[in-house]
Amino acid sequence: MRVIAAMSGGVDSAVAAARAVEAGHDVTGIHLALSRNPASYRSGARGCCTIEDSNDARRAADIIGIPFYVWDLSERFHEDVVEDFKAEYAAGRTPNPCLRCNEKIKFEAVLDRALALGFDAVVTGHYAEVRPAADGDGVELHRAQDGAKDQSYVLGVLTQDQLRHALFPLADTPKPLVREEAARRGLLVADKPDSHDICFVADGDSAGWLREKMPDIVGTAPGAIVDESGAVVGSHEGTLGMTIGQRRGLRLGVPAADGKPRFVLDIEPVSGVVTVGPREHLAVDRITGIKPRWCGTVPTRLEGAGVTVQLRAHGDEHRAVVVVGGDGSEVAIELLDPAYGIAPGQAAVIYDGTRVVGSATIAATGREQGAR
Amino acid sequence: MNRAPRTVYLDHAATTSMVPAAVDAMSAHLHEVGNASSLHASGRRARRVVEEARESIGAALGARPGEVVFTSGGTEADNLALKGAYWSRRAADPRRVRILSTGIEHHAILDPLEWLERRERAVVELLPVERDGRLSLTALRTALETHADEIALISVMWANNEVGTVQPIAEVVALAAEHGVPVHTDAVQAVGAVPVDFAGVGVDALSLTGHKLGGPYGVGALIARRELELTALLHGGGQERDVRSGTVDVPAIAGFAAAVELAVKEQSTYAARVGTLRDELIRGVLEVVPDAVLNGARPGPERLPGNAHFSFPGCEGDSLLMLLDAQGIECSTGSACSAGVPQPSHVLLAMGRSEAEARSSLRFSLGHGSTSDDVAALLAALGPCVERARAAGSR
Repeated sequence: MRVIAAMSGGVDSAVAAARAVEAGHDVTGIHLALSRNPASYRSGARGCCTIEDSNDARRAADIIGIPFYVWDLSERFHEDVVEDFKAEYAAGRTPNPCLRCNEKIKFEAVLDRALALGFDAVVTGHYAEVRPAADGDGVELHRAQDGAKDQSYVLGVLTQDQLRHALFPLADTPKPLVREEAARRGLLVADKPDSHDICFVADGDSAGWLREKMPDIVGTAPGAIVDESGAVVGSHEGTLGMTIGQRRGLRLGVPAADGKPRFVLDIEPVSGVVTVGPREHLAVDRITGIKPRWCGTVPTRLEGAGVTVQLRAHGDEHRAVVVVGGDGSEVAIELLDPAYGIAPGQAAVIYDGTRVVGSATIAATGREQGAR
Repeated sequence: MNRAPRTVYLDHAATTSMVPAAVDAMSAHLHEVGNASSLHASGRRARRVVEEARESIGAALGARPGEVVFTSGGTEADNLALKGAYWSRRAADPRRVRILSTGIEHHAILDPLEWLERRERAVVELLPVERDGRLSLTALRTALETHADEIALISVMWANNEVGTVQPIAEVVALAAEHGVPVHTDAVQAVGAVPVDFAGVGVDALSLTGHKLGGPYGVGALIARRELELTALLHGGGQERDVRSGTVDVPAIAGFAAAVELAVKEQSTYAARVGTLRDELIRGVLEVVPDAVLNGARPGPERLPGNAHFSFPGCEGDSLLMLLDAQGIECSTGSACSAGVPQPSHVLLAMGRSEAEARSSLRFSLGHGSTSDDVAALLAALGPCVERARAAGSR
């Protein structure tokens, strides 16, 4: 096949590209320019999107022996990922821009362009496995064996059509072996640190970034911290950057009656009211998901031993019963093991065993006793 | 992988291969010891090579040997001309803070100008160009008449690197002379391609570089009239007329001089041969892609003989470049990369094109060694590539 290898400048995508060459594909490496002015985004060794990363990707392509180009996706990235990130936060939700980027950039903008230019697939360094569907029709997305590196969560937004044109050559190779292989192949990025956090937020401080980009965003005004009875127990400098489940840094003036630690149970970004309470009350076992995306056939009801839901990257698997609403636009998730600290905007990715069934954006959460 | 068997190099404006005469001249000196500043016999031999090179470049370009200042290339020559002349002219009269230039200059001009503006209180006026890329002389006249006493320098490129338009340098010089303002020209693309006579045209300073005309990389020159005072950028041994320090690169200078001499000697036959090929290329491209638009001046004395530059409506130049590259055909989007990120060409934007038009463009540049087969190979591959790029561009 003729394939495009998306090369971030990191070790994973470099090894993935090398493996694609070895598998006999005709590989062209590309680096995505996600900002017209890379310096305006992340700088430093940890992230992606820097000039150094672009150069690292170029050198990896040299060593692998494939052509290399920079594709300017800055406009699409800005509109589909950065603006969406801001809008979600402005609406008081907590989005995951990495999922959005996979959905809209790597496997939509890049894939579409690649297909139009005569390529057959896009190769990335994600840790996940695409395999032929058990029923022989199409493909399935599965977790990587190495649970610590498994990235199927951030790929849970991909549709059957996108997955058919996706190659993840790392599949389930443990990360240390990927680094060893990179060193063996002479790739200079073999010991480059992993990237973390959100690539376009330079120092990892999302709240600070949002304040700078959107001085008028909701959540920057000081407000009250109340307990579940409504009594004021403290104050905060703005809800932006506070998360449900947070315990540290609340500086509550009034101690809890039982002396137990209190956690953020609820954040109302518009009024600025933050509610705190005991950890038990963080527990969530009802989730309403919207904007579902399915990797294959749209299910109506999923239950049983292998059915689980993951609510954040590298988060726990929760056994669950999933019911898809009548017209397919809403997903009701009942968690058999409660989850703690779940915020609207996060993605719920639904699994059957190791297979990714699909995903939905969390719109509301609740407990059996009543919705929150 | 099924890579194309043959490379068709259509990017001579980016750099062109060294001519054998330059390779010979350069390699002849690579084994020799001798610092041109040393006083002993080896030093004198090295110095002799440098001075002979200076004389031959001067002779080829209508300059006195003492006017040739060797530099590390075009960028350094441009920086020395702009900053060096600005500082000296401003020191002589503090009112002189204005620099006139054009919006289609190379970044080696635009970026130093921006730096002077930001750091040295310069007031830079980028004069408009016509749709074909020719400087508006009316605008220049107005600018001169409005602010003559405040103008430190005018810098107008001899010929544009992207669209190949040759500028009316003689007219620029004539207008500037009315007000006693010095003129610098970046002639990096012009030397060897069109007739260039330093004294004849009357500019005060002129930049050229080796690797665009069959010489080595990393060597170039600023030809500057003695009367033009230049403040040094590089301080040290004062090797080059005290305005440029650094041990001179004897072998590179020898290769550079051989290339300049040959390029100037063969300029008219080169221009005729390459111009014919270029016309063949333009005709062919417009046949294969009827809605392609040729940018720049009409083929003739106002256009570099090796330059063909097109917009392909509906295409991303980047996509087209990649598809052609996969067929072994090497060309350029013509635009500079800012930090590796493709930017729409500032030249086309200055020529009044939209961002989409600018992004849809591609430059094919011919040079010595280009053949009819190269043109034929491009024409054979271009149609399907444009079709593909269009499909991708509409997404």
